[in-house]
Amino acid sequence: MKPCFQQDGRRSFLKKSTSLVALYLTPSVFVKAFAVDTIVPLPIPKEKLTITINGKKLNLEIDARTTLLNLLREELAFTGTKKGCEMGQCGACTIHINGKRTKSCMQLALTHQNNKITTIEGLSEGEKLHPMQVAFIKHDAFQCGYCTSGQIMSAVTCVREGNAKSRASIQAYMDTNICRCGAYQNIVDAIAEVAKTGVKI
Amino acid sequence: MKSNNNTIFWEDERVDGAEKVNGKAKYAAEHSLPNMAYAVFVTSSIAKGSIKNIDTSKALAMPGVLDVIYYANCPSVPGYISNAAERPKNAIEWRGHKVLHDNKVRFFGQPIALVVADSFESANAAIRFVKAEYAPESFETNFDKARLDAKNLKTNSNYKRGTEKKFKEAFAFVESEFNIPIEVHNAMELFATIAHWEGEDKVTLYDKTQGPKSTQFTVSRTFGIPDKNVRVIAENVGGAFGSGLRSWANVPAACIAAKKLNRPVKLVLTRPQMFSLVGYRPQSWQKLGIGADAAGNFTGISHEAITNTSRYEDFREGIVDASKFLYACENVDTKYNLLPLDLSTPVWMRGPGEASGCFALESAIDELSYKLKMDPIELRLKNYTTINPENKLPFSDINLKDCYAYGINKIGWKNRPTVPGALKENGWLIGYGMAVGIFGAGKGSASVRIVLSNDGKLLLECGVSDMGPGTTTAMTILASEAMQMPIQKIKFKLGDSDLPPGPSQGGSGTTSTVGSAVDLACKTLQQKLKEISIKSVPVFAGMNSEALEVKNEMVISKTDANAKMAIVDLLKLANQDKIDLTITSNGKTAAQLKFTSNSFSAHFVKLGVNPKDGTIKIFQVVTTGDAGKIISPKTARSQMLGGVVGGIGMALSEKLEIDHKTGQIINASFGGYHVPLHSHIPPTDVWFVNKPDPNINDIGAKGIGEIALIGLAAAITNAVYNATGKRVRDLPITPEKLGFKSKV
Repeated sequence: MKPCFQQDGRRSFLKKSTSLVALYLTPSVFVKAFAVDTIVPLPIPKEKLTITINGKKLNLEIDARTTLLNLLREELAFTGTKKGCEMGQCGACTIHINGKRTKSCMQLALTHQNNKITTIEGLSEGEKLHPMQVAFIKHDAFQCGYCTSGQIMSAVTCVREGNAKSRASIQAYMDTNICRCGAYQNIVDAIAEVAKTGVKI
Repeated sequence: MKSNNNTIFWEDERVDGAEKVNGKAKYAAEHSLPNMAYAVFVTSSIAKGSIKNIDTSKALAMPGVLDVIYYANCPSVPGYISNAAERPKNAIEWRGHKVLHDNKVRFFGQPIALVVADSFESANAAIRFVKAEYAPESFETNFDKARLDAKNLKTNSNYKRGTEKKFKEAFAFVESEFNIPIEVHNAMELFATIAHWEGEDKVTLYDKTQGPKSTQFTVSRTFGIPDKNVRVIAENVGGAFGSGLRSWANVPAACIAAKKLNRPVKLVLTRPQMFSLVGYRPQSWQKLGIGADAAGNFTGISHEAITNTSRYEDFREGIVDASKFLYACENVDTKYNLLPLDLSTPVWMRGPGEASGCFALESAIDELSYKLKMDPIELRLKNYTTINPENKLPFSDINLKDCYAYGINKIGWKNRPTVPGALKENGWLIGYGMAVGIFGAGKGSASVRIVLSNDGKLLLECGVSDMGPGTTTAMTILASEAMQMPIQKIKFKLGDSDLPPGPSQGGSGTTSTVGSAVDLACKTLQQKLKEISIKSVPVFAGMNSEALEVKNEMVISKTDANAKMAIVDLLKLANQDKIDLTITSNGKTAAQLKFTSNSFSAHFVKLGVNPKDGTIKIFQVVTTGDAGKIISPKTARSQMLGGVVGGIGMALSEKLEIDHKTGQIINASFGGYHVPLHSHIPPTDVWFVNKPDPNINDIGAKGIGEIALIGLAAAITNAVYNATGKRVRDLPITPEKLGFKSKV
């Protein structure tokens, strides 16, 4: 890996404590234990990434600091995946990585070499909506629509992983996804209906 | 959905549902422009003072960083000039904090610099290398402390009818204080602006706003350029709940950066910044006294309130208003003061002041009912009024009695214990509570363009926005009903300031205002079609337009069913490829102004309190709305469900925490500020009176956005009292306030 941080020579043992902050704030792959204000990244760290998104294999060269969420939204125009907090707290950025639901804001893109990503755009087949998307419309399981992609991606794995046995178990599984408009009851209705039909999703 | 002649005209689903579930709906930050740069705010780490110096050298040396804009290098903005004589004539002074303008810090977390880079990563990496040196000053963020000194208060407004403090002479009275902390809208979509100067005085913005037209006006006046040179696009808005009713720092900052760098700039706030830069429900203290005679007739209501504002701007809301007119009472006095603090400026948050005010009023009435040994619903019925006692005008319509009847039955009110703490089920202390909400129902002016093409498709356009309640759907349904044509052939376009002027979406006024304009546009179009028919179609020749009707995409004679012509054929016959009209619907007519218009709600709650640890579980909510005709039943129901969720958050968990030693918000994330989640939400029934209000507008519809939430918090605290005998007047309710030790 190319060196991407350069010291400016003011590193001091007294500043060691702040290195923990640096570790927390900066992608861990690139951080040696340098104090936060003594490091300047030079040049922009570019790395190669091979990743499959919605069935399409992509060979990319990306800024190593890019999260999966920002890669999707800013570089690849998959804006269906939403940015709500960038702290893994709201669930708006939920996608499937190798079939498992994951909050993409908490993932460095580079750590997903050769992984298979499914976003909300990959759920429907062309104009044909996925059964969960159909159920969301039927039950009006959204208002503003901003948390909806994440809710649907979680809803799909909720059913797939067998967590839709009761309303309470659906609610517990879906607590990872905040809806500020308050469509919760309708979301649970939609999931329960899809689970009940037994259709393979 | 079927109309009376059994023709299916519209479906009960959101018209923009598909694009919201497949990720294609684009929100402000999701547009991409060639050569676009990314901007991120650097925020202050003190609450008040001045900045002595900002060292930008390290940040500027970082790869990809294009500029660091702050007070020392910020280009001149016409609207930032305080002296009117020096300001260009077409500029208006920016209201509020002038971002990047001076070296003053007015609140913790205030933007002090803007890093612009060629990627989000580069901008984000550079912000912590921008170092500011401050000269801090003393500050005050502690509402509870500062409100006690009258010198800190700004008198706002007082009101009196009859005798002041009359309630104290009553047979029975209560006088209590209520506290509601700062609550934050926290819509899921982060505030974002993309600014693109297409010329020296011409700019296009993709912006998160509830009012494309109002943002257009703000930007044109701030930068001193013609309105027509500012285009604001907000096709989809990811929730806002009031926070998008004005422009915040992100708007001028993005414009400034885009102009300075001569390339499009995208500026997206972070979630922590959403807690301090885009408004909040102000903290409030209220004192409410209410008295009644032995029969339960209210003899006096006194309502006093203080809400916080910022040091640099006054923000006031209708916190004491409902006490003046929701119930019949001859003696009412209210006082409302503002308390400026070193915080950013609050703004309307769903239900706004009325939600805070009704919490106090509806709690106090419940408290009084126990003193009178009267059922709280009976007490409300005793003081029911169909005439607004403040302005003496009759309500345009009021059916709260129907709401009470429905709720009593549905929640099982008969099971409510008359003595608190007397009912136990499965180990839970059970309580029932209810409360009422009220909000003004307005009708303003709006313009709508209506275009009927010769392929039979109908397009309607208005520069309003849809932040989630389903305005696009409701307006399309209205057009479908008015034109008696299938909804699939109709498109309603909004979210663009280039469209005919519409209101900002707020104050529960959109359906009434824009709906009236849509209705008028359809009627005008129908009249035009009739006129063309009479002129161009032999079978209609010489007929009066009253003898014709437009339905099923045809013009038909009312007297001779065989005399008809399809609209598409009519346009072809008349050699017109389209009919294109723009109409304006005005505010209330003289006849409508003879009434006072409000929407009403009544909320019913059944909950359990765990006697071991004081945790609360809501078992059932029944929420009822009296808001005239419900245009779009499915989305209206969702809006009511959302109000319940918001009300549960207000009652049980939402509170902004400030460290008064530093002035810093210490829970500025979803991890620290707790909004309701899936598992907090009980089964909720929604019911509407659904009867057209004959005196508000031609469509008989009123708004529901606010009443969905107003009153809900009181219904919950009233139920908690019924379950435990503990009256919580300080939100949110926590186990400690019920006398249980914190588990932490």
